[in-house]
Amino acid sequence: MAKSTESPMVEINAVSKSFGDVRAVDGVDAVIREGEFFSLLGPSGCGKTTLLRLISGFEHPDDGHIVIAGQNMDQVEPNHRPTNLVFQSYAIFPHLNVEENVAYGLKRNGVSKDEIAEQVNEMLTLVDLSGYNKRPAYALSGGQRQRVALARALIMKPKVLLLDEPLSALDRKLREQMQIELRGLQRTVGITFILVTHDQEEALTMSDRIAVMFDGNIAQLATPQELYSRPKTRRIASFIGVMNFVEGTLRKVTAKTLEVEAGPFGKVTMAPDQMPAPLEPGAVTVGIRPEMLTVLFSAKEKAEIEVTGVITNTAYFGDMTYYSVQIDGIDEDVTVSMRNTAGRRVLAVGEETRIGLGRESLIILS
Amino acid sequence: MRGAPRTFTIFVGLYLVFLYAPVLLLPIFAFNDSAIIAFPLRGFTLDWFIGLASETTLIVSVQNSLLVAIVAAVLSTCLGVLASRASARFDYPGKKPIMSFLMLPLVLPEIIVGVSLLIVLVQLGVSLNVWTVILGHVLICMPFSIAILLSAFNNMDRNLEEASLDLGANRRETFFKIILPLVMPGIISSLLISFTISLDEFIIAFFLTGTDTTLPVYIWSQLRFPSKLPGVMALGFIMLILSLILLTAGEYFRKKSARLASTETTLNKDADHG
Ligand SMILES: Nc1ncnc2c1ncn2[C@@H]1O[C@H](COP(=O)(O)OP(=O)(O)O)[C@@H](O)[C@H]1O
Ligand SMILES: [Mg+2]
Repeated sequence: MAKSTESPMVEINAVSKSFGDVRAVDGVDAVIREGEFFSLLGPSGCGKTTLLRLISGFEHPDDGHIVIAGQNMDQVEPNHRPTNLVFQSYAIFPHLNVEENVAYGLKRNGVSKDEIAEQVNEMLTLVDLSGYNKRPAYALSGGQRQRVALARALIMKPKVLLLDEPLSALDRKLREQMQIELRGLQRTVGITFILVTHDQEEALTMSDRIAVMFDGNIAQLATPQELYSRPKTRRIASFIGVMNFVEGTLRKVTAKTLEVEAGPFGKVTMAPDQMPAPLEPGAVTVGIRPEMLTVLFSAKEKAEIEVTGVITNTAYFGDMTYYSVQIDGIDEDVTVSMRNTAGRRVLAVGEETRIGLGRESLIILS
Repeated sequence: MRGAPRTFTIFVGLYLVFLYAPVLLLPIFAFNDSAIIAFPLRGFTLDWFIGLASETTLIVSVQNSLLVAIVAAVLSTCLGVLASRASARFDYPGKKPIMSFLMLPLVLPEIIVGVSLLIVLVQLGVSLNVWTVILGHVLICMPFSIAILLSAFNNMDRNLEEASLDLGANRRETFFKIILPLVMPGIISSLLISFTISLDEFIIAFFLTGTDTTLPVYIWSQLRFPSKLPGVMALGFIMLILSLILLTAGEYFRKKSARLASTETTLNKDADHG
């Protein structure tokens, strides 16, 4: 949270937008803070792009208001908003070269030629494209186009930079490198970034805060750690990383404890913060992450809660091994991940084993 | 099965002979040293071409034709730009029927267009001159301009326009700095093709021309005098070459416009994962 402050930069107040019968954005409320790296994360078609276009002014809300830097945007056209957008297709002007693309927005501000040239070079250095000034647009690779699009937007010194899946067109290696660079760039310039992505890993590694969107709604808005360890619903939990689910029953809720019957894990007493969304006693889902489950290799190893299961599949990743384990009382095979530390062997399919866990690693979901 | 390709080859061969053999006669007799259009050939001469230069009515009709073709090409392209831009970018009630109406002259017999325009203009008391021909030619060139320009506008990535607005340009600047340069090959192609269509259009010009004859009307009027035939052949040859050059250039720019647009669209396809 490098330069993030508590003061609001973008306020989205009960904003809705429909296209015909499709409610692309359905009553979204969110506050994005000054200087933060904010991500909109959700599956394809959940309304991320539409929300971004509402903020940049290319769509107008049917209901609700958007306030940027304290100013209501209802009547403000895209060319007068303090935002710039990096398009998913990058939208590099094909008839202009790199320099002309980057300088495009500056030219009308009455900036002198020397000043423009200086700023363009500064921006190209920032995005690691110095010396590419005269390169024509068609001769750029995907990654270079992406950098030109970034430079072209950042040179405008926007209050908010909007990025629509900027990395999805790049191959895996370049994407991972750009994730780090983009995060570093945001720290350097200190501008509020709003990034749209359908890649949960990308959102987790880059963001200060993440809004998870499903069907035009924000399902949860939280920091990456909170989202991963305290997802509010089963749907969020399975969208962010891997989560094992056990059908259970919430027996009793008090101010200090929760009493749950968690299938084969038996009767468990938990702390109130292990239930991120308040629920009434009754049928619930109990979730646990693969890395919170441990294979107990020898009889000496003990755990707070222990169950036995049969290995049905193993996937060896070098540093990690992922096991699928069939446990009585759980419909789907449970995924267990184990770090391959020195001397630890890899179990074979068909072996019976004990699985251990701590009760504080369970969470209760709707 | 074995017979089929052969029949087909013969058919194509005959088709090409009927289509192009008469055209080939143009250069042959244009350079033939005889006033009679008949074989055997007598000898090579450039007299027919040189003779054209002294025909004053011919020169006036060439001037008329050039004026008509240039003005018709410019008008039809300008109107085509407006119609195509509107159709590619905006939705308005009755868009489909309106566009179909604009394309209608493509399939309407020219004689009907010519006669009906003539009747209306005469009823309105308008005197026939080059401008009435221009009117008729704009009408028949428009569908071609629209067909070319609509694909140029449709091929343009809409995000480019939005990117320009996003970077602070207003709609006017965006049109002149981004949209126009990107559809320019389409515009040039439309100008060239409209010019070519107008230059050798006969039926409408014949009805609407009044005393300002255009070149095709002049050629037709000369056909009554057998002694002028070789000169007409020479003229026809010049027009043939000119049309070929213009159409080739038009096609070149049309392809270029498609290429310019496609560099963007292929990238979009790559990017369209989410
Ligand atoms: N211009 C549009 N016209 C009609 N439907 C649209 C338009 N833009 C988006 N939609 C619809 O709105 C929904 C959300 O789209 P979008 O915001 O692009 O989702 P995402 O970016 O999360 O994939 C989708 O069902 C999409 O089909
Ligand atoms: Mg999208």
